[in-house]
Amino acid sequence: MLAFILRRLGQSVLVMLVVALIAFIMFRYVGDPIASMVGQEASSADREALRQQLGLNDPFYEQFFRFITNALQGQFGISYRLQQPVTELILSRLPATIELAFTSALLALVFGVGFGVFAALRPKTISTAAIMTGSLIGVSLPTFLIGIALIYVFAVELQWLPSFGRGQTVQIGWWRTGLLTESGLRSLILPAITLSLFQMTLIMRLVRAEMLEVLRTDYIKFAKARGLSSRAINFGHALKNTLVPVITITGLQLGSVIAFAIITETVFQWPGVGSLFINSVAVVDVPVMAAYLMFIAFVFVVINLTVDILYYVVDPRLRVSGPARGH
Amino acid sequence: MTQPVLSVEGLTVQFPTRRGILTAVDDVSFAINPGEVLGVVGESGAGKSMTGSAIIGLIEPPGRIAAGEIKLHGERIDNVSSDRMRKIRGRKIGMIFQDPLTSLNPLYTIAEQLIETIRRHLPLSHADARKRAIALLDDVGIPDAARRIDDYPHQFSGGMRQRVVIALALCADPDLVIADEPTTALDVSVQAQIIDVMKRLCADRGAAIMLITHDMGVIAETADRVAVMYAGRVAEIGPVEKVIRSAAHPYTQGLMGSIPTLSTDEDRLTQIPGAMPRLSAIPAGCAFNPRCPKVFDRCYHDRPDPLPHEDRRVACWLYDKAEAEA
Repeated sequence: MLAFILRRLGQSVLVMLVVALIAFIMFRYVGDPIASMVGQEASSADREALRQQLGLNDPFYEQFFRFITNALQGQFGISYRLQQPVTELILSRLPATIELAFTSALLALVFGVGFGVFAALRPKTISTAAIMTGSLIGVSLPTFLIGIALIYVFAVELQWLPSFGRGQTVQIGWWRTGLLTESGLRSLILPAITLSLFQMTLIMRLVRAEMLEVLRTDYIKFAKARGLSSRAINFGHALKNTLVPVITITGLQLGSVIAFAIITETVFQWPGVGSLFINSVAVVDVPVMAAYLMFIAFVFVVINLTVDILYYVVDPRLRVSGPARGH
Repeated sequence: MTQPVLSVEGLTVQFPTRRGILTAVDDVSFAINPGEVLGVVGESGAGKSMTGSAIIGLIEPPGRIAAGEIKLHGERIDNVSSDRMRKIRGRKIGMIFQDPLTSLNPLYTIAEQLIETIRRHLPLSHADARKRAIALLDDVGIPDAARRIDDYPHQFSGGMRQRVVIALALCADPDLVIADEPTTALDVSVQAQIIDVMKRLCADRGAAIMLITHDMGVIAETADRVAVMYAGRVAEIGPVEKVIRSAAHPYTQGLMGSIPTLSTDEDRLTQIPGAMPRLSAIPAGCAFNPRCPKVFDRCYHDRPDPLPHEDRRVACWLYDKAEAEA
């Protein structure tokens, strides 16, 4: 188990290094950093001096090493556009994105598993047919369209919920939360639903398919023959056996939810990391883009590691190495 | 005369399909007495397992019991509520399936599965249920049961897992155990041990066994009586030594004849020509008529019912009194 985690950690470090290399190349070689930093009037001597001062004439590996060292200390330079340290910028936007992503993931998980189990247990009812048809919409409609449709119905026509922004927020330490005020919660509803819809339908279809598969197995038949209650069979025995693939997908999807919150954040003017990234792309604010890339890679690596460890918790067959004991 | 543990009368199981209704089990009747071992033998698709599933109330939809009665200790159980049936399963009737490798839930320890089942049926505390579970594992011959009980199914071999399955089937002291091909998936060397364990434990507890198999050898060693099934019907049912030594039904004769012996020097294995008809194409009259060496006119028109013949019942016109007199 420990060896496995260490091996996975090693792989994670490797992945991060590769991503850092890509981020660094982008940072260093997409356009001229000096040109972005000094004005038109700077002389070429001034430019050369700055170049020397920033170490841009050093060999490639030295610069890369410096980039990594700085990244480890959480320094990704100064945003060209906003003239603030990138790390500060991202940290100030992070709570908004994380609150949105986790609320969506939670929605997706709860309703996805719930509907999926229901659809598997009652395969021939009208509700199941409705759920399955509805899930097609979630899978096939693009996120921005769903967002705009929700805004039209609930914000414009019904005027129940705000159409943009985060509402009022409360500062707790460096964390600015919208979960503690009514307007913050109301603002969260539409973006969270928009972002969760795709994942929800994906999880639902997965749970349903896995569940149907497991319900056909011999150990479920044997559990029935032992006279166990339906609840024990369906949830204790069947659902637990569907968890490994569900955890995998949910984990990966959580990463995507954070990474691709960009669209939802843009549609709802949500002040998160995604909208920061989009605004930075528009003006080629390379330090922010590089840092965002590193951040998303880090999120994926951490989630993958967590998922791998969760497998061990759920499935005992992975825990024991070596051949079966005894005859 | 004692009341039978189980009596099945005229049991018919049907599956509605797009091409019409298939009858998997057709008018099957038999009884099992307390402590008795009834062997049920037949080819694949003869309706053996379906009969077992019908008794325990686990026929997969769209299949359904179309006719007949199943009585446990004289009380009907084929028409009771699913809630009531759940209390009979495991408590009154235990079931053992063919493949021990897939019968146990891989994510729970043996202890968790045993204790869950015991506490479902008996009013015991968790600690007492655990003690009972360890004693059971001891009984089925799992060495070092107190320690191995916390292992997961994948840590046991096939034979050991089937012992665990037997322990699970017996953990609430049922009156009847339905064993559906309990040894088919196991090594030959392990088969005898498993049959032995099953027979011993059921004898200790006075439980009757319905042993479903296609292995005549297992039947000969284990069963008190045997029912031979063919195409969803009982062909012959009677005391095991009588049926084996002097089979009456031409199908049983064929089955016995096709068991190779070591004493005689045969080049070819004897076999019954042809194959059992599909459920959708069962011939009129006796279902065995296309393969029967002793077929005659009446077999093509009338379907024989199992009628008493000597000390058994045989579904064959050869033994019909009227026929004999004619």
